[in-house]
Amino acid sequence: MPHRRDVFTWKIGGVGGQGQQAAGATFAKACTRGNFLTFNYSEYPSIIRGGHGTTQVDVAPRPLTAPSAAVNLLVALNEETIQLHAAEVTHDGAIIYDGSKITGDLKAYRRHKLFNLPIGNLLQDAKLPPISANMVAVGASLGLLRYSQAVLHHAIADLFAGKGQGTIDANIAAAQAGYDHATKHFQPARFAFTLRAKPVGKPAPLLTGNDAISLGIAAAGCQLYVAYPMSPSSSILHNLAGWAKTTNMVVRQPEDEIAAIHVAIGAMFAGTRSALATSGGGFALMTEALALSAMTETPLVAVVSSRPGPATGLPTWTEQGDLKFLVNAAHGDFPRVILTPGDPEEAFAAAGTAFNLAEKYQLPVIILMDKFVSESTRALPHFTLTPPEIERGKIATASELAGTKEFARYALTADGVSPRALPGTEGGIHLANSDEHEEHGFAVESFGGGALLRQRMVEKRAAKVRHLIPELPKPVRLGPAKAKLTLLSWGSTKGVAEEALRLLPYVNAVHMPAVWPIPEHALRHALNHVQQLVTVENNFSGQFATILRGATGIAPDHQLLKYNGQQFFPEELAEKVKALL
Amino acid sequence: MTQISDYMNSYRATWCPGCGNFGIWAALRRALVDMDLPPHKLLCVYDIGCSGNGSNWFHAYGFHSLHGRSLPAAMGAKLANREQTVIAFAGDGGGFGEGGNHFLHTCRTNIDMTYVVHDNQLYSLTTGQASPTSDQGMETKSTPTGDPDRPLRPLQLAVSAGATWVGRGFADDLVGLAQLYRQAIEHKGFAVLDVLQPCVTFNHFNTREWYAQHTHKLTEQEHNPADKAKALLLAGEWNGKIPLGVIYREQRPTYEDHFPQLAGKPLTQRVAARDVGQLIEQFR
Repeated sequence: MPHRRDVFTWKIGGVGGQGQQAAGATFAKACTRGNFLTFNYSEYPSIIRGGHGTTQVDVAPRPLTAPSAAVNLLVALNEETIQLHAAEVTHDGAIIYDGSKITGDLKAYRRHKLFNLPIGNLLQDAKLPPISANMVAVGASLGLLRYSQAVLHHAIADLFAGKGQGTIDANIAAAQAGYDHATKHFQPARFAFTLRAKPVGKPAPLLTGNDAISLGIAAAGCQLYVAYPMSPSSSILHNLAGWAKTTNMVVRQPEDEIAAIHVAIGAMFAGTRSALATSGGGFALMTEALALSAMTETPLVAVVSSRPGPATGLPTWTEQGDLKFLVNAAHGDFPRVILTPGDPEEAFAAAGTAFNLAEKYQLPVIILMDKFVSESTRALPHFTLTPPEIERGKIATASELAGTKEFARYALTADGVSPRALPGTEGGIHLANSDEHEEHGFAVESFGGGALLRQRMVEKRAAKVRHLIPELPKPVRLGPAKAKLTLLSWGSTKGVAEEALRLLPYVNAVHMPAVWPIPEHALRHALNHVQQLVTVENNFSGQFATILRGATGIAPDHQLLKYNGQQFFPEELAEKVKALL
Repeated sequence: MTQISDYMNSYRATWCPGCGNFGIWAALRRALVDMDLPPHKLLCVYDIGCSGNGSNWFHAYGFHSLHGRSLPAAMGAKLANREQTVIAFAGDGGGFGEGGNHFLHTCRTNIDMTYVVHDNQLYSLTTGQASPTSDQGMETKSTPTGDPDRPLRPLQLAVSAGATWVGRGFADDLVGLAQLYRQAIEHKGFAVLDVLQPCVTFNHFNTREWYAQHTHKLTEQEHNPADKAKALLLAGEWNGKIPLGVIYREQRPTYEDHFPQLAGKPLTQRVAARDVGQLIEQFR
């Protein structure tokens, strides 16, 4: 596979609990403090201690949107890491291994440069605890890369700023022990790669998709966040709960997902902004209430971060396998919106868009992400917290309602949207009804004329779709205007497509940050002059392609699909595309 | 002054003649008028069933939710607007069966709202199947050889799970029931009121007369509602005389009291773009 020339890739692996993710965070912070940009990507099992886990940091002088398949420097905290990942190491790369743990015969790996880092001995000499092994590994790696020690110390001090000087000093000492060992024993001058730190003003923020959407939810004025923990959505709950004192937001973890969505719906009905997040399995429990939001025309904002299913599936891996489920979720025939942000910037914006669409059109809006976009960390030098415009739609005021005896909450209107009255407002009394209802909200079956009213109410709710489509985020073209082949991505495949385009001349991509309802007009415009259309999806059956064909008749010439629990790697996607050219 | 007619609208009830629901809702209107609570200051969150069908002829803000889910929907509305009086309704099926988990965990929160359960020991809108409070051995459409399950004693669960006001009323006792409603609504914390109710169409065992014979009103001398041990015993009493009245009462901080965020203006009046500029600094 072609290695991405402008990217350096570092990867650390070991038993779960050895601190690979903290090592990755330290490595990335050290890089951003030397004017580099990074992409952190972790693979780990759904257990707290044990199993095999890796964290990879890609480093470049430019923003990165996906991790490499090829690794330039592999750090093995155990032997299994060498066995599993040596094949990923480039011919000019190297493997640093913990010689105090790995004592077996490494002859089979002789084609790689091998550096023995006796972490246990170094920790013992420095009188440091075993938990600092990951910092020794980071120090040795940056020593081999001849990176600035001062910048490394600065990064560690920043990372552990909240944990006291003792913790900072211990971690710096561990990193320094590794650094010194590498300088002395690894002959860094003979290693093909170096990283040169350059002065930087404010280092770029390092954000996951979940971090960005947490910021987006807060920025959009959400007042009540309610969620039941489920990977890979849980860090949104952790962020918002941690920030509650600053944001003044109420955060609740209820007894189950069913309660979570009903609390959110109740709060939105009362007239505040509330949101929730879960994964596919949790959303499966919520589907009846999705229909409640639709029938009562109560706004709803739900984040769904997918992992491979069905059932418990692979909790800590990635897949785009829930799209067809969400398009069809819940009983009944009703409109809903599905936004599919492909990176942290789009995730931040999606939160504001979701609240506005949910309130203006009084319907459920789902923000669909997956583990790859939710948990991968990007250095984002240009990330701007553009304050979202708050659009709350039609809310009848007390003065407008004065003297009203029976308020027509579900008045038939041209755009399908009827003004809401918030509980507590005099003159606005009404029933929001999960039964089919007439204009005041009263059940129609009991009051005659039911059949015609039913038809009108279905049409009223459906009318919202054509009015909201122009407000959906538009398809985005990536790469050159003219191309022999065009990739079509949605959600997390955006980042991989962006990186793959750098390896592919005459290829461009169209990314969809919103997939339902399909913005057909805008999509046809974006696909004008496309010679060969190829959908890229992280699922087995080509779910978006199926939906696209069904709703619009647009059919891709080819589908590229991956469903082993990993996202595509840019080199891998580029190879597959080349085979089609 | 609030009038009984303020809580009426132009629709007519579809309950069976003689249904216990008539008494349950008449007593509620009485209590609300006694409290002088105007209907726009009240939000009723309804379950599915004969109780929930009453949403159509009760003039107050209403949210007709799903089966078993009135409590979490009511909780969301209450947290969003603390100034609104919120009552969640359910039947014994939705309240203690489908929504059993919400019942237990809402008791734990002690959120300042009221839960009224219309308890006729049967699923009635679905034409008469056994419910969680049906007597063991009761023959219904779904249990023709007798219900094999033991009935729940929901008020014991309420006391042990942390509800801070627990009482039982009887649908035909309008005066007593109105007094219980008022106490439950005015109680600061989570109040659970189980209302025994005849189903004249499908429950031919627990009839109006049966309830009249098998219930008795607790007096102050008999029971101090602060006595938790005795409250648990009374809440489980069934086969002798079923106690009516306040079974348990305590003052404890509410769910809302734990959140300084909830002091001041209701969350419904705070929706605005938030500056998150400071929050991003931790990610650098």
